[in-house]
Amino acid sequence: MISLTHYLTLAAILFAVSIAGIVLNRKNILLILMCIELMLLSVNLNFVAFSHYLNNLHGQIFVFFILTVAAAEAAIGLAILVVFFRNKRSIQVQDLDEMKG
Amino acid sequence: MNGIGFALPEIFMLVAALVVLLVDLFLRQHSRILTYMLTQAALLAAALLVYGNFADGPARQVVGDMYMHDYLSSLLKVMALLLTCVIVVYGRKYWSDHQEAPGEFYVLVLFTVLGMMLMVSSTHLIVLYLGLELMSLSLYALVSLLRDDSRATEAAMKYFILGALASGMLLYGISILYGLTGSLELLAIAEILSHEGSAETVPLLLALVFLIAGLGFKLGVVPFHMWVPDVYQGAPTAVTALIASIPKLATLALLVRLLVSGLGNITSDWAQILMVLGMLSIMLGNLVAIAQMNLKRMLAYSAIAHMGFILLGISTQTMDGNSAALFYALVYVVMSVGGFGVLILLGQAGIDAETLYDLKGLNKRSPWFAFMMLLLLFSMAGIPPLAGFHAKLLVINAVLQAGHLVLAVGMVIMSVIGAFYYLRAIKMMYFDEPDDSTPLKWDLEFGLTLSLNGVWVLVIGLMPSFLMTVCVRALDAKHLL
Repeated sequence: MISLTHYLTLAAILFAVSIAGIVLNRKNILLILMCIELMLLSVNLNFVAFSHYLNNLHGQIFVFFILTVAAAEAAIGLAILVVFFRNKRSIQVQDLDEMKG
Repeated sequence: MNGIGFALPEIFMLVAALVVLLVDLFLRQHSRILTYMLTQAALLAAALLVYGNFADGPARQVVGDMYMHDYLSSLLKVMALLLTCVIVVYGRKYWSDHQEAPGEFYVLVLFTVLGMMLMVSSTHLIVLYLGLELMSLSLYALVSLLRDDSRATEAAMKYFILGALASGMLLYGISILYGLTGSLELLAIAEILSHEGSAETVPLLLALVFLIAGLGFKLGVVPFHMWVPDVYQGAPTAVTALIASIPKLATLALLVRLLVSGLGNITSDWAQILMVLGMLSIMLGNLVAIAQMNLKRMLAYSAIAHMGFILLGISTQTMDGNSAALFYALVYVVMSVGGFGVLILLGQAGIDAETLYDLKGLNKRSPWFAFMMLLLLFSMAGIPPLAGFHAKLLVINAVLQAGHLVLAVGMVIMSVIGAFYYLRAIKMMYFDEPDDSTPLKWDLEFGLTLSLNGVWVLVIGLMPSFLMTVCVRALDAKHLL
């Protein structure tokens, strides 16, 4: 039997992986965008699990909103990535270095 | 649905933003002025709508208990809408220097303010999240409006990544809070937490840490500040002015709603965290700002320091502290918008003014605007009789009242250190020869707005009692729930 704890642990692991991916990643900005998606999905997993075990639908409604916002967020992120690429001809994380101090 | 009418200003803003978007599609470049005028009209009309239905009585939950109609939200909305009018005036001059006035600027500004309005009056976590995202997504797009500028796109990328990270953290905190209480409504959450005696359990603290991390990112306090300088520097100056004002007001409201109202029974836990974050911000912001020769970066670090003051005000857990923080925020946003307004004034066709050297000899080029900048910078430094002085005084006083002598002394010392970089800018304006004596260009509207912005700081400084009463009223227990 899969209990609430299993779901929460899985969500926590996914969340940690995505944070690590954003913070430690030194290569490609696309990977960061994927990690952001993963992070939102792990939160969704949390919400659905709680919603099921609490027998309360609000959590699942929240998930719909998060999914919608995540789609909009991905669209804007990719759009910014495209302009970034046009200016720098690269999508490497190390090229995010023009401003310092 | 009870009382959908209370959301009238928001509904109006949504319709207005869509109308502006549509009208702009059919306009040619030279008739863009119409977009501008429509935007201003929409902002002023929304401000009137909020003012007309100003929540003066006790706070009440409306629109299916998702929405709070209270003094704090009405006050912040009116303030933000009027301030956005000012920013749009500055923005018009900024974009006319850049030979293109994209209609998207106005539409996105309207959506940013709409998101902010939703945030400040939400008591339901879904509404709160949607407002936050509406505001943030519009801001990411605004930062990247200068598509061919590599610094602007880099700033947009950084802002997007860290902003999304912050939203993710906030959401994770919200999900844990939901799991603990089974509710998404702040007042219900507060009630459940106070009944069960479940305060200070580990999951609740975990949720709290994630919530504060998310809000800290949005506010830009140490250690979540790394995006602030880059975004301030890279974004178009008109957008920087927006980032420096609207999200700060909105996040302040979120802090009050989430922590003071929602998690009010574990006050001592979050107060300690806020205290540490606030003091670190004041120290780092003021010290690093000294090393900046880029004025936008300098203002960014000074913003980090100012946010520290606001956090410390809230961390006192007293009415005085909260209202001092609100006073500080209301004064700070006007000062920083004015500062960026002067930068926009100094910009010329195709060239942004952004270093301290651009301020050189401003007094010779335009004594009046040099005086306005003097007022704004003195006010940021906290020199009497300007508004910034009273703001700092109120916060430090509240911290003292709460018995944190060491913190108060630290704040005073850091303010003195911080005065150095403001005074350096003033010295350059008044005692250095201008590098570039091209006459400044501005139209009547811009000049009047900037003057009003500077004079406001002086007027509030001379007569602070009105704004103080308003702030106390907004955070009064009667009016807050």
